[in-house]
Amino acid sequence: MIKAILIFNNHGKPRLRTNNTLFTLFSLSNNLFFSHFLPETFHLVSKRDENVCNFLEGGMLIGGSDYKLIYRHYATLYFVFCVDSSESELGILDLIQVFVETLDKCFENVCELDLIFHVDKVHNILAEMVMGGMVLETNMNEIITQVDAQNKMEKSEAGIAGAPARAVSAVKNMNLPEMPRNINIGDISIKVPNLPSFK
Amino acid sequence: MSDVVEKTLTALPSLLSLDSQPGSAKLSSTSKLGNLIRGITELTSKHEEEKLIQQELASIKEQVSSPNTSMRQMKELMVRAIYCEMLGYEASFSYIHAIKLAQQGTALEKRVGYLAVSLFLNESHELLLLLVNTVLKDLQSTNLIEVCMALTVVSQMFPKDMIPAILPLVEEKLNHPKEIIRRKAVLALYKFYLIAPNQVQHIHNKFRKALCDKDPGVMTASLHIYAQMIQEKPEGYKDLAASFVAILKQVVGGKLPMDFNYHSVPAPWLQIQLLRILSLLGKNDQRYTSEIMYEVLDESLRRAEMNHNITYAILYECVKCIYTIHPKSDLLEKAAKCIGNFVLSPKINLKYLGLKALTYVVQQDPKLALQHQMTIIECLDHPDLIIKRETLELLFRITNAQNVTVIVEKMLDFLRISEDDYTTIDLVGKVAELAEKYPSECWFIETMNTVFSVGGDMMQPDIPNSFLKLLSEGFDSVEEDKKLRLFAVDSYVSLLQGEPDKLPQRFLQVISWVLGEYSYLKEELQPAAVLRLLAKLLDTKNTSSETKSWILMAMTKLCDGEAGVSVAQEVSETYSSSLDTVLRQRAHELQYLSQNPELRSKVLPRDAGLEVDSSLSFLDGFVSEALAAGAAPYKPPHQRQEELAQAKALSLEPYGLSLPISMSSCSIADRQSPTLLSISSGLSGDSTDLSLKGGSTTLKLDGVKRVWGKEGYLAQREPLEEAAAQVEVPSPLRSPSQTGEADNSHSQTPIPIPTPEPEQEKQQLASSLFVGLSSHSSVSLMGKSEPTPQRFRRKAKSPSSSLDASERISNSLVSSTSTVDNLLCDNLLDTSELAVPSPSLTSQLSQSLTTANGSFDVQLTESDVKGSSPTLVRDNGVAVPLSGLSHSEITPLCSDQSLDLSVCHVQKEEYLALVSCVCDSAVQELRSLGVAVCQYSLTVKRPSVHVEVVGMVSYQLPVGTHQSVQFSHKLPLTSFIRPLTVSTEEYGKMWLDFTNDTKQNLSLISDGQESLTATLNVLKKKLQLHVVEIIGVEGIVACRLHQDQPCLMHCRVHAGTLAVWLRSPVPDLPDCLIYHCQRALQEH
Repeated sequence: MIKAILIFNNHGKPRLRTNNTLFTLFSLSNNLFFSHFLPETFHLVSKRDENVCNFLEGGMLIGGSDYKLIYRHYATLYFVFCVDSSESELGILDLIQVFVETLDKCFENVCELDLIFHVDKVHNILAEMVMGGMVLETNMNEIITQVDAQNKMEKSEAGIAGAPARAVSAVKNMNLPEMPRNINIGDISIKVPNLPSFK
Repeated sequence: MSDVVEKTLTALPSLLSLDSQPGSAKLSSTSKLGNLIRGITELTSKHEEEKLIQQELASIKEQVSSPNTSMRQMKELMVRAIYCEMLGYEASFSYIHAIKLAQQGTALEKRVGYLAVSLFLNESHELLLLLVNTVLKDLQSTNLIEVCMALTVVSQMFPKDMIPAILPLVEEKLNHPKEIIRRKAVLALYKFYLIAPNQVQHIHNKFRKALCDKDPGVMTASLHIYAQMIQEKPEGYKDLAASFVAILKQVVGGKLPMDFNYHSVPAPWLQIQLLRILSLLGKNDQRYTSEIMYEVLDESLRRAEMNHNITYAILYECVKCIYTIHPKSDLLEKAAKCIGNFVLSPKINLKYLGLKALTYVVQQDPKLALQHQMTIIECLDHPDLIIKRETLELLFRITNAQNVTVIVEKMLDFLRISEDDYTTIDLVGKVAELAEKYPSECWFIETMNTVFSVGGDMMQPDIPNSFLKLLSEGFDSVEEDKKLRLFAVDSYVSLLQGEPDKLPQRFLQVISWVLGEYSYLKEELQPAAVLRLLAKLLDTKNTSSETKSWILMAMTKLCDGEAGVSVAQEVSETYSSSLDTVLRQRAHELQYLSQNPELRSKVLPRDAGLEVDSSLSFLDGFVSEALAAGAAPYKPPHQRQEELAQAKALSLEPYGLSLPISMSSCSIADRQSPTLLSISSGLSGDSTDLSLKGGSTTLKLDGVKRVWGKEGYLAQREPLEEAAAQVEVPSPLRSPSQTGEADNSHSQTPIPIPTPEPEQEKQQLASSLFVGLSSHSSVSLMGKSEPTPQRFRRKAKSPSSSLDASERISNSLVSSTSTVDNLLCDNLLDTSELAVPSPSLTSQLSQSLTTANGSFDVQLTESDVKGSSPTLVRDNGVAVPLSGLSHSEITPLCSDQSLDLSVCHVQKEEYLALVSCVCDSAVQELRSLGVAVCQYSLTVKRPSVHVEVVGMVSYQLPVGTHQSVQFSHKLPLTSFIRPLTVSTEEYGKMWLDFTNDTKQNLSLISDGQESLTATLNVLKKKLQLHVVEIIGVEGIVACRLHQDQPCLMHCRVHAGTLAVWLRSPVPDLPDCLIYHCQRALQEH
């Protein structure tokens, strides 16, 4: 079972997190999550260099359980899945890959900003892949079909008010003073087909 | 035309105003989110961010609570609230609005509402109740997307109590024409199964339907449920193994549509899931389920050769499965090769998994570790700590008496650089475990010193406790004990002379205890000098008050002679006015006792064993007074547990009962190896494990080969080795040098021949690490009940430790077989060969019997083999000397294709005779039956609530294949209880002599006049107790467990209940008996 999914950037800023059983199981309140779990996870993951394995034992972080952290690093973002022993480690690694590829298709060259401005959309995509901690769908095309079906409905409902799309593109092109340091908006850093197979 | 234009133009302003209102609001709010994000990125300090978010939250709060806010605006507000929550700022005011949005919005807004709810709330949040109606409505909606959303939120979080409300609707969705709905419904049901299994019990056949769904996606989803159910109860789903194999075969064979391919591997996640299920099904299997898996496993291994990450995932699962199910040699070979590839892979992830797999299989096949010794050594120096830790875990598994020093050294090295608290605690526990298992004087003390100083105050508190226990109880030889203690004192004195303020508190406590207790052993050491050292410690700033009280205690033991007394006086004066009450008390004790040497030697006698009155009989007076004054009687743990279980209306079967004995070993095992694959927790307290006791406990009969035990596939061993193991294991007194020789000769062989210089070192390390691995018997030293090397074998101290219990069994068994009944065993073999009349099968039968939870004598008293029809067996099968006695119903125990085993028991005066019948079921169809009847007499050594008899029948088919069947049979203690006829006077005498007692209130059968008599009669009938006398509202009852283990019961009717007081010379007997009394009265 996938207990929690967490995305944060190179500076440890959270970009997405699911509210799964993990947080209720260990009665991790919101505060504990931000004061302990997130910084610790970030600390653990970020200090690991490239030629080490992508698995971390949960250890103290999550109450000394048998949970594992499985993570991948793409450009500016860390994708961390916290799973129990019933999941295959390598399987989850590839699931992350599928997730990122799907995001890339849905957002057409995804970057960190997409995740910031479309938190809800990202969550919806994720909900089509992982439901209540269980892997629901691993086929990228199938996921996109589902998400598209929902988006179609969205468009028909939104009608004239297609403004958000414009607003988003405006935001994407706006000049952010600090962001460009880690994200190059024009030059998309995630190019899925060329991803090197990880070590 | 112009008409139209005009109309449009006139309509335009109103249209614009209509649309611009929400449209502009949306634009502005989106840009508000944009503004917020921009604002945050511009900030430089955490403080400013907080201020900004608080402002934002305030504005959101204002808007959500305003009645004019439209649902569309609400949606935007929710996205902003989600963003703030994600950054770690609570927006609890918006929760209720999120629920409202999910309830009232259009589909699109609903989605955001549901999302916000699922992110904001957790499963136990009370607001979730408000969502139930919305979910109910959406489940009935015709809009597929709404149904999907509802199912998603249900599977993410749903209040447990409300499941019945929506269950029928979700069930209905299993028949939905759309596959995505069916799939989500299956997962929602799985969620229900996880949080409330009882509620979905009735729809198990629907799960089967989902498994057979024509859409592979639905089938995949249903596998989650099956994996869970099979894990809980594998034997219930063995029949499905063939179906899973069939599915896997089709998947591997590429029968699924191309859509399911991932990197041209067909449905890899599905394959992984199926392989996991198969290994769950084939675990501890008797072969038949495993056999159908071999082919497809082979196929999977063969197909998964592509060099992609996901195929490695499949391979890994395959390998694990092969090593979990009943073994097949050529598959094992391939799997071993696979593991080799993993371990040798340059990819770190694969190396990690390879090490994990090695750790998993190393118990079964230690030679595999030998093959990869050089890689393992390299992994020890790997820069990645995770890999390093995994390697240590592997080494921990292969530790034996010869390589323990090297491995512990490696672990300590790692401990010194580890930063992670959890790893430290875990590893410290392991080192302590190893050190205790193979103690040898100085090394032991030194290792423990490092453990204490590195582990610091984080380590489990039982480590110092068991260390002190070991030190005080000592080993077999007095000389060794003295040396050990002396060495400890020496090293601690020198530590205290160094820089004691850097040592952790726990360590200081250990030091002060040891010095207080044993520093007299070192004659040239003046107590005053030790006192001064301790006093110096007291003055150190960092010393905690708990440690200070330990130190004061130690000083109290030491204050001898003039110099000592003066130091003690000084110290006690300082602390007798301490604010800490405990410290003050210790200080006063010190002051008083230092002035009264006589009293001190009485209170704190030197070198005297502790005497503990475990029955607390000196409190009897106090207890009876308290009871008379109306205090609630003490309830033993099992009863409390049962009451708790009843209160929660859960299963009535008392799990916790299976024994106080096993509890102790359980808790130890838990501490030692918290990881999943650990052996010790796998074997823990569960007493049904036959092979745990290995060759020592089973009655080994000549010519019988055990084919398959839980620790591995035995057939692989060479017969010679096996024989050796059988001979060696039961004698714990084998000299270590002998083992050393034997093992060295083995371990020399696999080391490759000459290598350049730097390699030499590694080679050396390898040979010291893997020494003793190739001989099977020494590897299994890791097993719990295996004897530790002879010199330091622990004394049999606490009679309740399971280790001890099993040792005793083995002794009694060995003696009984060797002295009494070798003849009988042979006899059994002979007769069965002769008398089984079936022409098709001459079987060689042998039975081995062990008792599982502790302490029973099993004696093979009589055996005879008959050829007769089944009806005859039912009537006359009970052998002649027993025929006059009543016997229980014949219960079938187990069967396989050629054998049926059933059992009944006969209550004899002094023991319980267990009669087991072995019928030849293959022949049964031909109506001629080979029947062997074996009798065992069972007696109880230590009482427990239930007695489980575990055994194994092995036999040989004429074709030459060995077969074995394991069985277990559970008997209540009551089967062993007999009435005890005594007079009231005798009863009175005995009552005073017995020490173990239990008090308890039981319910009366009826409220009438004769309630006491009626209740006692029920007990008499059900438990075979003897009612000695009934006087007014009091009654006395007696019974016995065998000839010499009486138990007396005193009953008094008091306030509508029966106050029962049991006494017996046998510990635990009263507790067990009261449990059965309770059950008997409940059942009545």
